[in-house]
Amino acid sequence: MKLTTKLLTATAIVAASGAFAEDLEVMHWWTSGGEAAAVGELAKAFDATGNKWVDAAIAGGDAARAVMVSRLTGGDPMGAFQFNHGRQAEELIEAGLLRDITDIAEAEGWTDIINPPSLLESCTVDGRIYCAPVNIHSWQWLWLSHKAYDDAGLDVPTNWDEYVASASALNDAGKLPLAMGQQGWQQRGLFNTLFAALVPNEVFLAVYDDKDADVAAGADVARVFAAAADAREMASNSTVQNWNDATNLVITGQAGGQIMGDWAQGEFAVAEQVAGTDYSCLPGLGVTELLSTGGDAFYFPVLTDEAQIAAQSELAALMLRPDTQVAFNLAKGSLPVRGDIDLSAANDCMQKGLALLADGAILPDTAQLITPDTADQISTLFIEFFADSSITVEDAQVQFASIIATAR
Amino acid sequence: MSSTRPNQLFRNKSAKIAAIPMIVTALLVFVGGTIWTVVYSFTNSGLLPRLQWVGLDQYERLWTTRKWLVSIENLAIYGLCMLVLVFVIGFILAALIDQKIRFEDTIRTVILYPYALSFVVTGLVWQWMLNPEFGVQKVVRGWGWESFTFDPLYSADIAIYGVLIAGIWQGSGLVMVLMLAGLRGIDQDVWKASRVDGIPTWKAYIFVIIPMMRPVFVTTLVIVVTGIVKIYDLIVAQTGGGPGISTEVPAKYVYDMMFQANNLGQGFAASTMMLVTVALIVIPWAILEFGGSKHRD
Repeated sequence: MKLTTKLLTATAIVAASGAFAEDLEVMHWWTSGGEAAAVGELAKAFDATGNKWVDAAIAGGDAARAVMVSRLTGGDPMGAFQFNHGRQAEELIEAGLLRDITDIAEAEGWTDIINPPSLLESCTVDGRIYCAPVNIHSWQWLWLSHKAYDDAGLDVPTNWDEYVASASALNDAGKLPLAMGQQGWQQRGLFNTLFAALVPNEVFLAVYDDKDADVAAGADVARVFAAAADAREMASNSTVQNWNDATNLVITGQAGGQIMGDWAQGEFAVAEQVAGTDYSCLPGLGVTELLSTGGDAFYFPVLTDEAQIAAQSELAALMLRPDTQVAFNLAKGSLPVRGDIDLSAANDCMQKGLALLADGAILPDTAQLITPDTADQISTLFIEFFADSSITVEDAQVQFASIIATAR
Repeated sequence: MSSTRPNQLFRNKSAKIAAIPMIVTALLVFVGGTIWTVVYSFTNSGLLPRLQWVGLDQYERLWTTRKWLVSIENLAIYGLCMLVLVFVIGFILAALIDQKIRFEDTIRTVILYPYALSFVVTGLVWQWMLNPEFGVQKVVRGWGWESFTFDPLYSADIAIYGVLIAGIWQGSGLVMVLMLAGLRGIDQDVWKASRVDGIPTWKAYIFVIIPMMRPVFVTTLVIVVTGIVKIYDLIVAQTGGGPGISTEVPAKYVYDMMFQANNLGQGFAASTMMLVTVALIVIPWAILEFGGSKHRD
């Protein structure tokens, strides 16, 4: 009897304290220089709470997602994992594999601080919150190398059309006009960036939100495909695979520019380049200044061990605290998810992004609108389109419209 | 009939008991897994399996998807070329080594070595070898042939042949060793007899020796064909399916669908089609090979 009581008391103490050091395995795919620096900030903040961040990084989002999902469905959940929130996690939530963190969100007042609110909506299923958004990433950036343009004796372009016009002169100077990694997600992202920047928002939403195949086959989208054909021409000598290798071509002045999300910013920062003097960034390609508000979020699998659950809660709450947000986002080059913190340390490009965010010049990210299945089909289309210049703009658009027609 | 003899079922009792775990595993894992996959290929399973029937939708989509059609075509090209070339090269190497040459052990080891490498290493090695800036093209140009061009991996029409080169380099050593074992199994008297009859060596190989080596050929065929159908890692390491989708293969389509597109149903449909294809080849062959074996024993 006595022993049982003692044991019970002991358990109660352990459960109540919660401050016990606990190892929490966190999976993510942040492996490039800037990304690793950013994740280091999160780990540092988490370790400061007395817990221990066990880093489990897997290079490449596609590979990482496959491992994460198979570990979750195979009954071997990790402590927490990074995902692009939106429709990727829908089914995991429906299957009850992910922890409902509504209580933490309410205690921390997330509904009041997260801006834009669509970020939290993407984490919400049937009124319950399942993930902690940590940053805002936008795709609509054109990065230009000042060195490449100086070497070629040209002025740095200020919008997409000037950029396309400068391509032949760059070619003559032995520079690659457009650096593009030969991976489907990068090519799809480039197309979607052209799409968001060159035609009105209604068209973008009609295609990706309403899945209107007639609009996808129409004249507005034809303009986007024509621009994509220009990009294909400009990137025809680009043989790199990874996005950061392509960014490196811009940093070293071997390439004129790259269309890539704001995470490229982190690479420029690691290379100690200064925005405005070493490189330029044009949100919305300098045509329509707007940003899509996708981003990264952390999800927490359902666990049974009390101490692990407590550590999860601590990590979730910590991720949105002002200090963590500033340190993390400055390193990663992304925008913070709360509008009430001081980011005066941010550079030129990030300030532009913050201003757009404050003005509400935003679009939802495609990851929040289309399923991974549809995204994969579109990727395949553009892998083909960018690798094979014999595919005509018209053919590609017909295929694109048929993908949109079957999208859910 | 069986009543006159002890019951067949209880003969070799201990051997049969010993085989039970393997039989259960085979039934549960292989047959059970196969049936499960086929059943779920008629559903709209996404990231997780779910039983919502959609009939033949997944198959309709599969056979209208260009990536799948390209994959099938690539497997056919790769499979046919691989099969023919690896047999021809493997046999010729074996026949040459069988001429009682010096340093046979060394040469045999050198040729077999690539087989000890995984497909991932093979793929990466040949990715570099075929890279115009580091590999074969650069070396030949360095010798003075300035216009020499050899970059199969960068041209969509012939990229699959670049993969084929790597496959042959890796696989022909194994075929050679198997063939060599077969050649060594041929009685020397057969050679003596053919020489006495004045038959040219090449004729002796084709009309006497090769027919005698039938069992070795069948074994080698099975090993090579299974290697071809499951090809995946070589592609991933060497080309990643590119340029464009020109080196996609069925196994990669299945993986991409299941783990990238979160569309299990589509992946199951594709793997079911792979199973059907293999069954269409293997079952007639198995009937021919083993079906009439009773009277032979």
